[in-house]
Amino acid sequence: MKGVYEMSSLQEMKIAADGQNRPKTPIYLDYQATTPTDPRVVEAMLPYFTTHFGNPHSRNHSFGWEAEQGVEKARAQVASIIGADEKEIIFTSGATESNNLAIKGVAHFYKGKKNHVITVVTEHKCVLDSCRHLELEGFEVTYLPVQQNGLIDLEKLKAAIRPDTCIVSVMAVNNEIGVIQPLAEIGKICRAAKVYFHTDAAQAVGKIPLNVEEMNIDMMSISGHKLYGPKGVGALYVRRKPRVRLEALIHGGGQERGMRSGTLPTPLCVGLGEACAIAQREMGAEAERLKALRDRFYDKIREQLPEVYLNGDLESRIPGNLNLSFAYVEGEGLMMGIKDLAVSSGSACTSASLEPSYVLRALGVEEELAHTSLRIGLGRFTTEQDVDYAVEHIVQSVQRLRSMSPLWEMAQEGIDIKSIQWAEH
Amino acid sequence: MAYSEKLIEHYENPRNVGTLDKGDTSVGTGLVGAPACGDVMKLQIKVGPDGRIEDAKFKTFGCGSAIASSSLATEWVKGKTLDEAEQIKNTMIAQHLSLPPVKIHCSVLAEDAIKAAIRDYREKHGNRPAEQAAE
Repeated sequence: MKGVYEMSSLQEMKIAADGQNRPKTPIYLDYQATTPTDPRVVEAMLPYFTTHFGNPHSRNHSFGWEAEQGVEKARAQVASIIGADEKEIIFTSGATESNNLAIKGVAHFYKGKKNHVITVVTEHKCVLDSCRHLELEGFEVTYLPVQQNGLIDLEKLKAAIRPDTCIVSVMAVNNEIGVIQPLAEIGKICRAAKVYFHTDAAQAVGKIPLNVEEMNIDMMSISGHKLYGPKGVGALYVRRKPRVRLEALIHGGGQERGMRSGTLPTPLCVGLGEACAIAQREMGAEAERLKALRDRFYDKIREQLPEVYLNGDLESRIPGNLNLSFAYVEGEGLMMGIKDLAVSSGSACTSASLEPSYVLRALGVEEELAHTSLRIGLGRFTTEQDVDYAVEHIVQSVQRLRSMSPLWEMAQEGIDIKSIQWAEH
Repeated sequence: MAYSEKLIEHYENPRNVGTLDKGDTSVGTGLVGAPACGDVMKLQIKVGPDGRIEDAKFKTFGCGSAIASSSLATEWVKGKTLDEAEQIKNTMIAQHLSLPPVKIHCSVLAEDAIKAAIRDYREKHGNRPAEQAAE
């Protein structure tokens, strides 16, 4: 087994077959969409598919005990990275389920007594859609706006909390622009007001230090595949002291303290645990390496291209994210020109809705600039060569498309694009 | 999204990118779309003394389908009379490039750009027939 999954194999595979020091393409720069499972994680999971295949809930034989041991070790590893107790970790199918369980679960438990929920306009769709669903059931939801840098205004949060507010849900790190919300301050406000604080930390766990005690977090959603773990598994941290009460979404055998029934997927739980353990050990060094790569990327782009705008705060941001608007060049058209690079765009053309990114719009980014945005996600297996290659190709493509852009031409001639009467279509 | 070879070829090697002098009386300019919607096409035609379109140029802000649609449009209008060029329909462009359903609006925009350029040319010439206008 060793050798096949050695750490360096992924890096080695990136060297092109012709032996030149050119990265292997396509280059993956979409680490906020998902991450590859770390080979060390896969290795930890494998025995639980074959030899330790027991049902972790079987109490009567060693097969069950082995599987249970694997699950409980993983639970402790997940708890450790966020400073929680292992009894406070509920395994789920992923962050979408965790977010649904936290928000709907608390709201349903307190229905009739507390009918108000607070969240933020830039949350992930699974949070926003859970809230919309609660509205249909008669709950009231406040959607806090964000400032131009993507962060919430704490005074607005304070003002929004009411006696009947049951939960405040604010994401730790935004999936499009990578900005980090002031969690400790939010936690303090919620604790003082005796309101539960839930955070969707899918993009944060393993990227930035988190501590549920220091930050007064009552519930936290965790995703496996965003931190080099497997897809199909996640967790919800649910505080025990003071105890958070919530109603289950999935009923059955009463596993996970009755909050989430269903046989646990042992290999996936083990994978999530191992991913957390690796992240906890390596987070500091990895963040430093990624920040250097990110800065290299951003600096080189800015040196070579005018009119590139960063979306979201630069300081309060995870190191592996850049979200850039390349003015006068439409995002999907640009992605077609850099087909060797796997990135994602806030342009309308890449979505089914034909609306540009609601996150960028919430920051006050003008629609025409929102259409020109690219999200560049760097991660554990990104190299300096990857960055240099990506920059070179983005610069070439932007220059070519600008030379074909009527808007760029107008801007060069000094024509204000806003002065033109455009026919909306 | 999977694009046809023809579309990709037009995106990678667009025909007739450029700008004609919009002050020239033999040039008609169409500017359609909106930056806020994510696509803007500028299509220009130059009408020869025989009333036929002797040159066409475009610049487009938009996705690959929008760029390919406008590139194809400039290729097709060349050599045609204004009346003939007006007969180019978005469905012909969409079919030629095998545009996926969500990209049909790009071909609509290309048709609009041709019509807008023709209208601009005609307005410059008091809406006389092209053969007389070109004299």
